[in-house]
Amino acid sequence: MATAEAAAHSEGKAGGTYAGGLWSWITTVDHKRIGILYFLSGLFFFLVGGLEAMLIRLQLAVPENTVLSAEVFNQLFTMHGLTMVLFAVMPMAAGAFNYIVPLQIGARDVAFPRLNAFSYWLFLCGALLLNSSFFFGGAPSAGWFAYANLTSSQFSPGHGMDFYVLGLALAGAASIVAALNFIVTIINLRAPGLTFMRLPLFTWMTLVVSFLIILAFPPFTIGTIFLLFDRMFGTLFFEPSGGGDPVLWQHLFWIFGHPEVYILILPAFGIVSDVIPTFSRKPLFGYPVVVYSGILIAFLGFGVWAHHMFSVGLGPIANSAFSGLTMLIAIPTGVKMFNWIATMWGGSIRFRAPMLFSIGLVAMFTIGGLSGVMHASAPADLQQTDTYFVVAHLHYVLFGGTIFGLFAGIYYWFPKVTGRLLGERLATAHFWLLLIGMNLTFFPMHFAGLHGMPRRTFTYPAGLGFEGYNLASTVGAGITLLAMLLFLLNFVRSLRSEATAGANPWEASTLEWATSSPPPVHNFDVTPEVTSRDPLWYDGIALPAGEEEFHMPNPSYWPLVVAGGILMAAAGALVGLPVALLGAAVALAGIYGWSFEPIH
Amino acid sequence: MTDGRPRVPGHRRMLMFAALAIASVAAACGGDFPQSSLRPQSDVAREIDSLFRGIFWWAMVVFVVVEGALIVAIIRFRERPGAPKPRPVHGHTLLEIGWTLAPAIILIFIGVPTMITLWRIDRPPERSEVRVEVVGHQWWWEFNYPDLGITTANELHVPVGKTVDLRLRSADVIHSFWFPRVAGKRDLVPGRVNQLWFTPDSVGVYPGQCAEFCGTSHALMAMRLHVEAEEDFERWVEQQLREAVEVEEAGDDPLVSAGRDLFFGAGGCISCHQIRGTVAAGILGPDLTHVGGRGTIAAGVLENTLDNLASWIKDPHDVKPGNLMLDMGLDDEQARQVAAYLLSLE
Ligand code: HEC
Ligand SMILES: [Cu+2]
Repeated sequence: MATAEAAAHSEGKAGGTYAGGLWSWITTVDHKRIGILYFLSGLFFFLVGGLEAMLIRLQLAVPENTVLSAEVFNQLFTMHGLTMVLFAVMPMAAGAFNYIVPLQIGARDVAFPRLNAFSYWLFLCGALLLNSSFFFGGAPSAGWFAYANLTSSQFSPGHGMDFYVLGLALAGAASIVAALNFIVTIINLRAPGLTFMRLPLFTWMTLVVSFLIILAFPPFTIGTIFLLFDRMFGTLFFEPSGGGDPVLWQHLFWIFGHPEVYILILPAFGIVSDVIPTFSRKPLFGYPVVVYSGILIAFLGFGVWAHHMFSVGLGPIANSAFSGLTMLIAIPTGVKMFNWIATMWGGSIRFRAPMLFSIGLVAMFTIGGLSGVMHASAPADLQQTDTYFVVAHLHYVLFGGTIFGLFAGIYYWFPKVTGRLLGERLATAHFWLLLIGMNLTFFPMHFAGLHGMPRRTFTYPAGLGFEGYNLASTVGAGITLLAMLLFLLNFVRSLRSEATAGANPWEASTLEWATSSPPPVHNFDVTPEVTSRDPLWYDGIALPAGEEEFHMPNPSYWPLVVAGGILMAAAGALVGLPVALLGAAVALAGIYGWSFEPIH
Repeated sequence: MTDGRPRVPGHRRMLMFAALAIASVAAACGGDFPQSSLRPQSDVAREIDSLFRGIFWWAMVVFVVVEGALIVAIIRFRERPGAPKPRPVHGHTLLEIGWTLAPAIILIFIGVPTMITLWRIDRPPERSEVRVEVVGHQWWWEFNYPDLGITTANELHVPVGKTVDLRLRSADVIHSFWFPRVAGKRDLVPGRVNQLWFTPDSVGVYPGQCAEFCGTSHALMAMRLHVEAEEDFERWVEQQLREAVEVEEAGDDPLVSAGRDLFFGAGGCISCHQIRGTVAAGILGPDLTHVGGRGTIAAGVLENTLDNLASWIKDPHDVKPGNLMLDMGLDDEQARQVAAYLLSLE
């Protein structure tokens, strides 16, 4: 993985130079390289999560199937959810934040480069720790939502849930650190003239998502700490016989879990808000409204968590409040859809891969949004919650929405990152196969759910009418897999092609296209001055004459040492106190080394 | 501005795809769906169903408008050689206010019926005619009728046209009680008592199952609802009230008596199961006083036949992975004897 990317970087180093070799990647603090690491790790886990999904679909292809045991199936659906949400989508989005945002705001790097490296390594440690559970007695099997008290040491005796708690604690801390870094970066490092209301939408959504992350993860972390204490030290936070309450977990989880879905979708919204204007050759329609609606979605996202809990029995007052608030979210979301279509209206649309996927997002997310309104209605949801109807809904939103948006971003920025274009014919085939595959997989799930098929079941009996839908879903999953293989083929082939993309292959309007592809280490020889929202289109950019003095940060291995120490400390919770103490010592030593590292 | 030119291939492919999708959906819709929420058989379920159908049609309207606008936009405004550069339109305040208000108005049409239904079904029932206490266990259901003094498992009997008032609680982890034909879900939460009610309006047997993931064999935690005519329900109640000793006097073949000896002796079954009127008073497993009269065993997973009972007793974990009944080490022959005894307990 490192060599392919290193090769991609070997040309086009106008200005600064990248050192080669594995060590240079391990010690890198460059936002572009960290972006690539984030993205490739995310892509790897996307394939892992996809493989888990394939196994799930294989087991459910026919009723009473026995390809997988109940226990393995339960581990797989748990890990599929966790992997896709936390280790595939979030890091792929973080890859784009890292690589693209500093370029879009005309900065030389993020505000805290070493902290940036640290969040990557810590995320990777969390991902590896959680996934290693497969080899140490079994992965967690209580769902990604891990409802108490099924997660207590009585009902989940193995170490699976401990891996869950520890792995997610690391990943959560990594996300919070990264989010803080991006907030500071976006607020402070914008090029002169790049006011907030001139920021590209992708940078805007990165900012909004970063705030979501720092507000949403702490409650979840508190929940996992309670759980850790219940499991390891015999506290009774979620144990009713001791005065605890399992419903407390649900509140803590969904106060995180619901904003989390906006953490997953808003970056995709940001991407298509940049892509659609580019390929329609028209500025974004109603820019302020698109920005404000994004902020409003994020804000409302904190007030709707209990719509995941309509069947818990919270009573009519709570249920109607959460029902009503949830419906409100449909308004800013709908506004976005209309603004995107209005951006295309009157444009000159080029159907290149990034645009195809953006159109796909608008078309598919609409379906997911509408089924979302159906379960915003609490009484209707009582028939839908915990069924395949919800599985259909969430995949229209997260696959049809987020994944399509991320692919739009991948096709859009691949030439910026590598200097090469992804093959357009394979890309088109990828798009249509993926569209057909995902619809065949997820559309029938609406019917399976409404006809009474609960989710998270490792088997279902013949005779309830679920057979046809499930077989269709499995065939659809096969087509989706095929589409992914086309993508990988294209990816690898294009990395080996000629670097002919040039600085601005799509004739786009935002700053990242003002520098070479790939950009030099320092991004811009001189910091551009921005005078309009679409600087590259309407003479909105001025490049001050003369040379500029700047320092790029030195490579550092301390971030990795600290992250490794924390990983060791976490593993120590399972292995034994000495390991934990050793890990803490390593982390402290790392922090010391980091603090006193000479800057130049 | 529409034109008669040949359409772009992408667009044709999209139409083909849509046709394919609709055809596959239509083909899949033909079957019989005994557990479907779309075939309501009670007041509550009908109300939810009509609410859902109302929302569904509003959603269809929005779907057609949004997808229609999208398709028109991408066909009409695709790039054409020689076309002038698009005008840089930055927005249109009136239009944007329009498409903010339009969804808001639709939401009123969805929200108001939602609230009306919610406040009707989410409060205690007006009448409470058959009270049942439901206890969720990993992975089976216990049903107690406090007014009638009946305890049974996995098969809920209720009279048609009477309001059934359920109190739901859990013995271990969170479960969710769900008979889609008569009501929405309600969770069984440890440490809480939840309420659910419905008035079934058609005689029949309806499947249901646990809807909240509750561990290894969550998928195998099913149940049956028997909605019966008044007389049939009365007869069932009478039957349930009899103690097992009376039942046992009915007749005795050697298979049954060998099975009875095993059940009360070497089999060790009485440590977990109750048979009222005998010394068997275990509480960990389902009450077996009238197990022979049930249509299914092991929470709706197996039909209640001699063979199935025997294989369950011989190896319960083969049927239901991880379940809490112990494998008592009986051989085939012994399992059949015990099964015969249990079947005699009608
Ligand atoms: C350790 C406690 C335990 C012992 C001992 C035990 N059982 Fe069970 N039994 C259970 C539990 C728990 C269930 C419910 C399993 C489920 O459906 O998940 C059950 C279910 C059953 C059922 C199905 C009841 C129904 O209506 O679904 C039958 C029949 C049964 N047991 C018979 C026996 C016999 C016969 C023996 C002795 C050989 C025995 N059990 C020993 C705990 C026990
Ligand atoms: Cu259950």
